[in-house]
Amino acid sequence: MRWIRAHLVAITGLLVLGYLLIPNVVVIVFSFNKPNGNYNYQWQRFSLDAWTNPCGTPGICNSLGLSLRIGFIATLVSTILGTMVAFAIGRHRFRGRASTNLLIFLPMATPEVVMGSSLLTLFIAMGIAPGTVTILIAHILFCLSFVVVTVKARIASLDPRLEQAAADLFATPFQAFVRVTLPLVAPGIAAGALLAFSLSFDDYIITNFNASPSSITFPMYVWGAAQRGTPVQINVIGTVMFLAALVLVASGQLISNRRARAAA
Amino acid sequence: MSGPVVDAAPAASVRPRRARLSYTPYLLLLPGMAWLVVFFVVPMLSLASQSLQTGNVETGYSLTWHFQTYADALSQFWAHFTRSIIFAGSATVLTLLLAYPLAYFIAQKVGRWKNFLLVLVIAPFFTSFLIRTLAWQTILTDNGPVAGLARSTHLTDLLQWVHLTNNDSLMNSRFAVICGLTYNFLPFMILPLYANLERLDHSLIEAAGDLYATPIQTFWKVTWPLSLPGVVGGTLLTFIPAAGDFINSRLLGNTQTVMIGQVIDSEFLRVQDYSTAAALSFVLMLIIVVIVALYVRRAGTEELV
Repeated sequence: MRWIRAHLVAITGLLVLGYLLIPNVVVIVFSFNKPNGNYNYQWQRFSLDAWTNPCGTPGICNSLGLSLRIGFIATLVSTILGTMVAFAIGRHRFRGRASTNLLIFLPMATPEVVMGSSLLTLFIAMGIAPGTVTILIAHILFCLSFVVVTVKARIASLDPRLEQAAADLFATPFQAFVRVTLPLVAPGIAAGALLAFSLSFDDYIITNFNASPSSITFPMYVWGAAQRGTPVQINVIGTVMFLAALVLVASGQLISNRRARAAA
Repeated sequence: MSGPVVDAAPAASVRPRRARLSYTPYLLLLPGMAWLVVFFVVPMLSLASQSLQTGNVETGYSLTWHFQTYADALSQFWAHFTRSIIFAGSATVLTLLLAYPLAYFIAQKVGRWKNFLLVLVIAPFFTSFLIRTLAWQTILTDNGPVAGLARSTHLTDLLQWVHLTNNDSLMNSRFAVICGLTYNFLPFMILPLYANLERLDHSLIEAAGDLYATPIQTFWKVTWPLSLPGVVGGTLLTFIPAAGDFINSRLLGNTQTVMIGQVIDSEFLRVQDYSTAAALSFVLMLIIVVIVALYVRRAGTEELV
């Protein structure tokens, strides 16, 4: 009893972590299932069918490819624009700061249905046909604010004296920025980019408002599939994405650890 | 917070740099802000305008300042609004209760395992939202172990008694929807709480202990008040997307759990009654802005982002 009381926080914390991870475990386990019929909800028997044939259901790999392409472009554009905005806010004083902050906060405070439907009314009013381009516009929009917030936090945590030291050592402002500031902010930019990619890759609601039948992203494919049966390949792709992200984050951590050790 | 740094350069370089730097922030802001204005502010105005137009998809729309659309839409879908607010509110309270111990644990107790546990918190994000919500169908399914356990412990009776379920199954019920919402937005609560609790000065807690405060007193008088900015940030990041969500209510609920997001989606894309859909969208936005403003004022945090 005393042991439980002493470790109450740890026990609750680990239980919550379990709640958070159970669905991922289910996704991974059921990627090895061989369901009877169209729905992959009940465990039948072990099989590697879906793993040996991940593109086995029509359309799934096309939609995955489209999502990866959109995610890549949306991440690139939103990271560049967002980092610029973050530097402006984090490193400069200017008129209109408060309204700039508000304009960055509002998209994050807007429910996805509202953002998606408002973009749709704009595209309808302007006669722009929905498709890959409108999806990209929407994705860059909702990723932008999250990149700004992530990079801004990193800039705010930097020691301003490092840049001053560079200037004292006769670095030009450009040199100081490229050789001192940018490497220090880089982890923040990387985190922002990772966040942007995962937001873009995962978005269904906003995308659905601005897509056409010829631009089916992976989440839209999953949604469509869920109406008539869920192919096991969905679980395979979910598992691969999960593992790929873990490897990416782990290697990023290794690199920064090694750098820290080299610097020390 | 993030003060000006550039002004503190050595004297010799101050004058030319200042003259040039006055344009720099605006040049840096221009592309990003232009994107936000053109694709966020303008669409909001377009949405407001659409909600006051009359017409249909075939013949086109014209602006007639038809406020009746709002009255009709609200009287027809009021129940969906209140349901969305209640579901999102319950999920927010539950995420706070669940996230706080975990965030505290990671921030204060685990030492060098911190990054590893944080990765585990973020990791679910990388398996698509939809796939994970579909996994809840598997978990809560009628003849699965979870439903069996709930039946043998009479949890199903309790849930039925408080009208969270309609029969002795867990799926397709209010319970399943709130459970899914709680699950899906949990990381949005954990991360701001963690960021806040990580900066918590542990010597304050020790000081409270030295002054004979019980652990519970220490929590309510020291830890909780200091963590309020994280609580506010987390609850907003959870409540707002949860209120507009319809993936959980659609995949885990039934016809009695339809949330407002689902109505907006189908009015726009299936019924194609753009004016009603735009009015509903606009009202949802207004409700959220009002709730957020009231809440932030009460909680007294100036800086949100």
